[in-house]
Amino acid sequence: MSAPDPSSLGGQQSAAEATHGEDVAEGASLWGEAWRDLRRNPFFVLPVLVIAVLTVMAIWPQLFTDLVPRSCDLSRSADPPEAGHWFGFDRQGCDLYTRVVYSTRASLLIGLTVTLGAFAIALVLGSLSGYYGRWLDAVLGRIADVFFGIPLVIGAIVLLTAVVDRGVWQVSAVLTLLAWPPMFRLMRSTVLSARESDYVQAARALGAGNARVIIRHVIPNSIAPVIAYATVFMGVIIGAEATLTFLGAGLQLPALSWGVLLSSPPPRELLNTPHLLLFPSLFVSLTVLSFVLAGDTLRDALDPKLR
Amino acid sequence: MGRYILRRILQMVPVVICATFLIYAMNFALPGDPVRALGGERPLPEEVQEQIRDRYNLDDPLLVQYGKYMGNVLQGDLGESLAVRRGTDVSDIIADTWPVTALLALVAFAFEIVIGIGAGVVAALRSGSFLDNLVRGSTILIVSVPIFVIGLVAQIVFGVRLGILPVAGTAQGWVSYILPGFVLAAVSLAYVSRITRNSLMENLRADYVRTATAKGLSRRRVVGRHALRNSMIPVVTFLAFDLGTLLSGTIVTEGIFNLNGIGGIAFDAIRQQDGTVVVGIVTMFVLIFVLANLIVDILYAVLDPRIRYD
Repeated sequence: MSAPDPSSLGGQQSAAEATHGEDVAEGASLWGEAWRDLRRNPFFVLPVLVIAVLTVMAIWPQLFTDLVPRSCDLSRSADPPEAGHWFGFDRQGCDLYTRVVYSTRASLLIGLTVTLGAFAIALVLGSLSGYYGRWLDAVLGRIADVFFGIPLVIGAIVLLTAVVDRGVWQVSAVLTLLAWPPMFRLMRSTVLSARESDYVQAARALGAGNARVIIRHVIPNSIAPVIAYATVFMGVIIGAEATLTFLGAGLQLPALSWGVLLSSPPPRELLNTPHLLLFPSLFVSLTVLSFVLAGDTLRDALDPKLR
Repeated sequence: MGRYILRRILQMVPVVICATFLIYAMNFALPGDPVRALGGERPLPEEVQEQIRDRYNLDDPLLVQYGKYMGNVLQGDLGESLAVRRGTDVSDIIADTWPVTALLALVAFAFEIVIGIGAGVVAALRSGSFLDNLVRGSTILIVSVPIFVIGLVAQIVFGVRLGILPVAGTAQGWVSYILPGFVLAAVSLAYVSRITRNSLMENLRADYVRTATAKGLSRRRVVGRHALRNSMIPVVTFLAFDLGTLLSGTIVTEGIFNLNGIGGIAFDAIRQQDGTVVVGIVTMFVLIFVLANLIVDILYAVLDPRIRYD
């Protein structure tokens, strides 16, 4: 039996394959079956649609607004929402809607960079650690423990205050450095259980080398929960960036992110101008919610035990 | 058991050393000269700068600096604050402010345990009902909103608009801790109720629960004494792990609600580049976090006899 191929997200094709015999129970098309479940689940479809819209907004913000985020009219400072300016104006008199739209890019980019970075670390170190075990596992495990022992936001504050120019890449690098251990541990544990399975023994018996066993058999069979976790993780990172920036340890003006929009008015002023708090935080929350929901439903759909 | 505890403690040592070194290096290897910055526009005389550098071992190589620092820490000396409360010992600042943070954390833990576990149990017992969906929906919603947004919204709604709870400060005694405590607990509370619900539902399907029901125990006893106890294991693990989030949360919460605790001091120290205070507080946070996780690992043996150590 060939190893399941996680890249085959095409549901119909895999579903058709799954009709012959025992392969169905074995879940030869884990992703195919998950997709069949998920596309009928509104708690997956809706978040994915939101994420799709946000992605387009991050790449082409011009599609969503005619205004430019930096052309502002000071006489309109902190004016409330009105027709044509649904979100109102910020303290500099800029159209808040335009600024929120243009902030999408930095927030999503940080989330994506950190998630991909942590995922790459988890994939490489997690499979090496889980597969080879022994001293390699011990060393990597202790290194992960060190970073695991530093709470994410606190560690990021300490590291980032040492950086003078904090752009997207600096913030992403620091968050990646501190946030990878949970994903690494998850990957390690799934690899650990895949290593003992019959098909790995079979592949070894057929003479496959370690590299081939890891890449063709172990990783494809252990990556599903990690991908689901990575989706939730991306939401968590986007929220962490907003919190860091709010505390003054994240992105800095003139960069635009939802965190920057939320950190620029002092909290006291928000009492009279709640729209400055409401709209950017609505976008952050909706984004995080979408990733958490999508990741959650994905995890359930990919877990054969819940079937 | 004794050997297991010993091994866990020995494993903890390199973790603590590496983590504290990382924090120390991060904060003191930064570009810029804090000693020069002390003088502001008018630089201090060279002799004074030399004296300060000498006192804080700032001319030594990083590793030596760290070694001397940890030597002092072990004797209870965390150094002196350079900016936030200039000249005060960091250990004195912590001694001064910890009761506020401890009370805040206790209130938050109380919210987590009472509301979190309560909501989780209700949701699990009536799974699929309106209440269950309400709990699940609201928890996932809370998890998605950043903690500072929850804090600011709670402050505006309950403190300013409705005026039923103090807006900021600790002048009104324990009442002042209700709102910040709830905000601090909000995210963890959502996780606690989700974990409780899932864990309890899993246990309610277990054989031993059926046995307990079959031998005629009341529903209350089956759930309370059998299923719930076993369901608490993942919750306790989460609470220990979550202490890290809670400690970071105090920085945000104490900042927003203007509480004069360790978190608030840490926040000021970060902005004023007060290295000794930041390193002292964060080092302490990491120690608490690692210790809490160690204690929970050991508690496992008490809570779950299925776990064997060797």
